[in-house]
Formats: sequence, C-alpha cells, structure tokens
Amino acid sequence: MYTLRDVTKRYTRGKTTVHALDGVDLTIEDGGRLVIQGPTGGGKSTLLQMLGGLDRPTSGSVELDGVDLAKLSEARLTTVRAQNIGFVFQSFNLIPTLTAQENVETALVPLGGKAAERRRRAAEALDSVGLGERLGHLPGEMSGGQQQRVAIARALVKQPKVLLADEPTGNLDESMRDEVMEVLETMWKEHGLTFIMVTHDSAIARRAPRLATIRKGRVTITENAAA
Amino acid sequence: MFFTYLRRELRRRRKAALVVASGLALGIALVIIVSSVSSGMSKAQDKVLESLYGLGTDMTVTKAAAAPGSGSGRPKFEFDAKGNDDDSNQSSDRVLVQGFQTLASSTVDTIGKQDGVADAVGGLSLNVMKVDGQFKRGEFRQEGGPAQGGPSGPGGEGGSTQPQGEVRGGGASFDVNSYTVYGTDVTEQALGPLTSSKITKGRTFKASETDAEVAVVDSAYAKEKKLAVGKTVTIHGTEFTIVGVSTADSGDAAANLYIPLKQAQTLADSKNKVTTVYVKASDSQQIDHVKSTIQKNVSGTTVTTSADLADTVSGSLSTASDLASGVGKWLSIAVLTAAFLVAGLLTSSAVSRRVREFGTLKALGWKSGRVTRQVVGEALVNGLLGGVLGIAVGLAGAYVVTAVSPTLTAQLGSSGVGMGGGRFMGGPGGPSASRTLDVALTAPVSLSTILIAVALAVAGGLIAGAFGGWRASRLRPADALRRVE
Repeated sequence: MYTLRDVTKRYTRGKTTVHALDGVDLTIEDGGRLVIQGPTGGGKSTLLQMLGGLDRPTSGSVELDGVDLAKLSEARLTTVRAQNIGFVFQSFNLIPTLTAQENVETALVPLGGKAAERRRRAAEALDSVGLGERLGHLPGEMSGGQQQRVAIARALVKQPKVLLADEPTGNLDESMRDEVMEVLETMWKEHGLTFIMVTHDSAIARRAPRLATIRKGRVTITENAAA
Repeated sequence: MFFTYLRRELRRRRKAALVVASGLALGIALVIIVSSVSSGMSKAQDKVLESLYGLGTDMTVTKAAAAPGSGSGRPKFEFDAKGNDDDSNQSSDRVLVQGFQTLASSTVDTIGKQDGVADAVGGLSLNVMKVDGQFKRGEFRQEGGPAQGGPSGPGGEGGSTQPQGEVRGGGASFDVNSYTVYGTDVTEQALGPLTSSKITKGRTFKASETDAEVAVVDSAYAKEKKLAVGKTVTIHGTEFTIVGVSTADSGDAAANLYIPLKQAQTLADSKNKVTTVYVKASDSQQIDHVKSTIQKNVSGTTVTTSADLADTVSGSLSTASDLASGVGKWLSIAVLTAAFLVAGLLTSSAVSRRVREFGTLKALGWKSGRVTRQVVGEALVNGLLGGVLGIAVGLAGAYVVTAVSPTLTAQLGSSGVGMGGGRFMGGPGGPSASRTLDVALTAPVSLSTILIAVALAVAGGLIAGAFGGWRASRLRPADALRRVE
C-alpha cells in the first residue's frame, strides 16, 4: 500500500522555483488501480517518479508498505525498484540491440540467478503477452504495440507488487492502444498488482475506478463507481 | 547478459568504436615503431662501440691526456742521397705509440685488483708509417745543345766560360704506407679489440706465443696487401708469420695487424708499457662505481665507459637517435594523449546519447556500478581492439624499417675529448682522430614493447571508460521517464 503525506517537490532553476508537487496526500490500496491525469507540466510524471522511487520529495513521505522511500539509501531504493516495482514507459525504452527475450531478461539481472532460468522466465513472460513467437526479434523488427507488450512483459517478469505506467499508449495508434490496454488490464487482474498509470487519454481515464487529477502540483481524487 | 549486451552495442556503434580504436591504434603503433627504432639505434650504437672495445669490455683505462711535448712524437725519416747513378729503393719505417701516451704494464695488475673489477687486460696500439721509394739524379741540359756531362762548352768563346743550361728531371718518388698494429695479451684473449672480430682463416694466438713473431691480419687489410695465412709481414725489420685472418663483426676492424704484446712493446721501444687497459666489471650495474674507484685509486688515468663513448657518436646515427628519442617520443606522447582524450570524449558522448537507455536500466533496478561496468567494459574492448590494431600496424612498421634497413653513419671520437676508445682508434692522427662507420638500422620489437602496447591499450580503454563511466554513474533513473521531444 502506498501512503503519501504532504509530499512536496520543488525544482529551482536560477531565480525561478517550480512547485511540481505541492502538499500531496494520497493513499493507494494494494491491488488498486489509479489513473493520473492532468495538463502538461502539472506534475503527473513527478508524482509517478516519487511512487517509483526514481526521485525523492523535497519534503513529506512516500511510504510503500510502511517503508518511507524518501529516506532509503540509493542502494536500498535500487533494490526496492528491482524487486517490487515494474515500469512501463511511453517510448517503450527497450534496448535496441537486445532481442525481445534479452530485453525482458534485463529486469531479472539485478535479482541474480542463473542465465538459463532468466531466459525461461523471460520467454514465459513474453508468451503471456502473446509474443511467444517473437523471442528473438529485435525491437526494430516489431510494431509499436508489440514493443510495448515486450515492455509490459519486462515490467511483470519479476512479479512486482506495483506496476507504474507512464503514458503507455501515448505513442500508439488506436488499435494498438486497445491491444496494449487490454494486456495491461488483464495482467492487473491476473497478478493482483497495484496499477498506477499516467495518461492523457480521457477514454482510458473514464475506464479507471479511481482518477487522480493533478494541476499545479495539487491532486484531486475522483472515484468512478461505474468502472 | 554483460557480454551479449557489450557485443551488440559495439556492433551497433561500429563507426564510433572504429574511430576510438583507430586513434588508440595510431598512438600505440607510433609507440611500437619509435621504441623499436630506438632499440635498433641502441643496437647500432652498441655495434659501433663493440667494434672499438670488443665484446665484454665495460670500460677502458688510458693515461690522462698531457700537454703535447715539442714535437716529440713526430716521426722523422732520413734518407741519404747515394752515389751518382744509384737509384735503388730506400725504405724507412717508424713505429709510433698511438696517442703517444702509455701506462706502465703494472697498472693493469693494479686495476685488476680494484673493487668491482672482474678482469683487466692491457694492450698496446701502434701506428706504423712506412716510407719507401727512390731518388733520381737530375740531368744537366746545356742551352741550345744536347746534354753534356763535362764543363767544356762550345769552342771559340774562351775556355774559362761557364756553360749555360739547367738541371732537368730527377727528384724523389716515395710511397707512404700507414697501418695500425695492436699488441694483444695472448694469455688473456677474452677481452680487448680482437674479440670484436672472428677468425675466418687460420687460427688466433696461442697462450704460449707471448713473444712469438706471429701475427693475425684483418681481412680487409689482408685483401688490400695480398696477405694470407702462412705469408709473412715485416714490421720495422721484424718478420712476422701470419697465423690467422680476422674479420670484424661490424664496421672497421680495430687494427690492421695484431701481434703479441711483448713484440709490440719491443717494436715501439715501449717495454712494459700499454696504451689501453680493457676492464670488465663484476656487475654491469656497478660500472659507474668501478669507474670512480679506478679514477680514485689509479692516478693519472682516464676511465672511459661505453656510455661516455656513446656520447662521442655523431653523424646520421646520432641525429636519427636524437630524433627517435626526442621528436619520436614526444610525437608518440602527443598522439597517445590526443587518442586517449578523443576516446574519452567519444565514450562520454556515447553515454550522453544513451541517457534513456541507462536511465531505464537504473529504473529496472540496475545499480550504478553495473551500468558503469557495462560502459567501462565497452570502452575497454575498444581499447583492446585499438591495441591489437596498433600492435599489428606497429609490427608492420617495424618490419618495414628492418626490411628497408636504412644505412646510418656513425662518427666516433671526433670530439677529441681524450676518450680511451677514441684514442684507441686507428689512423695516424692520434687522439683527435675520428672514425666513421656505416651501420644498418633495424627495428627489433621486444616482448616488453608489446607488453607496453597492451598496457597502453588497456589504459586507453580505462581512461575512456572512466570518462563514460563517470557520466553514466551520475545519471538519474528519472531521466528514463523523460518524454520524447
């Protein structure tokens, strides 16, 4: 479970100070699904970075299962990311020189284990997103939707507690968007993940049971009982 | 994963990898070529010095230079004009001690007993000048008539009139032959100039021939004078039987003729005298110490080591050597530094282009150390590729130098600083004489040079990796979430 208390993030550039997050209080239950929406520069990505332990707040606390990520050492934070948090990025962020299977394996490298076991788990993860036949393909040889499915397999192969997705359909056309969203929703349901997604897409936002709208660093929560 | 990722990345960035590797290769190749050429120069210099010293000699001891006397050493030749029609050959030779300075034979023993001296052998270098030829009487020719031997002139003008005319023809025709003779200690043949020659015909001296009238002749001189084993050669009235022909290993021989030391001393009227003492040190690392010991304990001597003598080498060998050690060294350093910098900057720039990639890996839980290792690994492989390429080019360059084998000229002893070796050298000029040798340049590549090249390649890779690794270690994982512009 995530518990954010009075989280503030300020960036100072020269004489200008930007309040990316301004006193955010937020709770996200285990297995919950939250969609974050808001205008560009409103603080969506900053909030996701705080949740993912990629950045630290200027003040306040970001607790994951009772552990304040803001106070962890860099090494411990890296371990938390390696074990508990899966990321899906807008631009897929696959390593272009590695095959689909090898890309998925990169998420298992920090956890150690034998190479053969890594390969087996990566193949299984790719199979679960419908890419069992494309293990040896390079990202450049796949469509955008397929690449994002590889990225989803990479995020889920380590069986994390949390899946963070930053505009996962932002670079996809409509048909691919649906394809990817279907995979993400299936995975969320099957794995019992806490699924937090940033999106600009209102259609996707409407399907979320809980919507966090962020403007000028402040968060407003909207519950959607119909979803 | 480390090697798979490394291999794929290097393949993806082939051009950048090739630029980095080529830069390093150029630097490393230069280091190999310069160091092998320097080594070749050094070998050439050693050859030149060996031709003077002989093998195994670490230093020579000669009498300290003294102010020249009033023409005491200049040879005088006296010939008599004989009877009226005597035009027979007249011959005269003079045996001179080279440099006109000698040490007592006992000095050899004194030096031999010095601390750090393994062996000391004395030798006497002589210059022989032989002048032979004949006088011819001139003929008196009277004006307007044929030559007349008597005083009577044409009649009618009075008997007391002196005949008018001139002496024509006549004069002297002399040939000067100058050659060098070295009196060698036949009981101690392991040291001295003769060791730089090989006996190619006949034999060398026997230890029992301390005062025998036998000689070994240098092959070049033997060819010139048509001498051979079994023939004889006369020096200052003494006839020596040639027992062997020697050929210098490189350059010119130290002397034209070698005879037993005692014989040389007798010829030069220098009983119990030597011109040079050849010294072998017990430890080649202690040569300077031995030199100072001898100088301190044996007064009136000049000690010349190989290093001292090397300083007197001039000519194209010296120029090339200076070029190799000066320009070559600094050029290598400059190119290597530039190559290291370019490699570092290119690696750093490659990391900048891969910010999202490394940020993503960090977001996935890769520790900074692992990401840095990946970057350093790639740079190191680039460095090693550069090393392999550089070694190949360097070896090819060294091979070309050896194949072309340019001839360098070495001039020795021209500085006339009183070096023993310089004085030892042939030529009637004595102390100020110089000697010119042609040496073929080679470029031997030693294992240590290859190891240095490998070390440079690794260093180049590590420096480039350090640049890139430092950049990668400072990347924030949040960079992975940056949007595509």
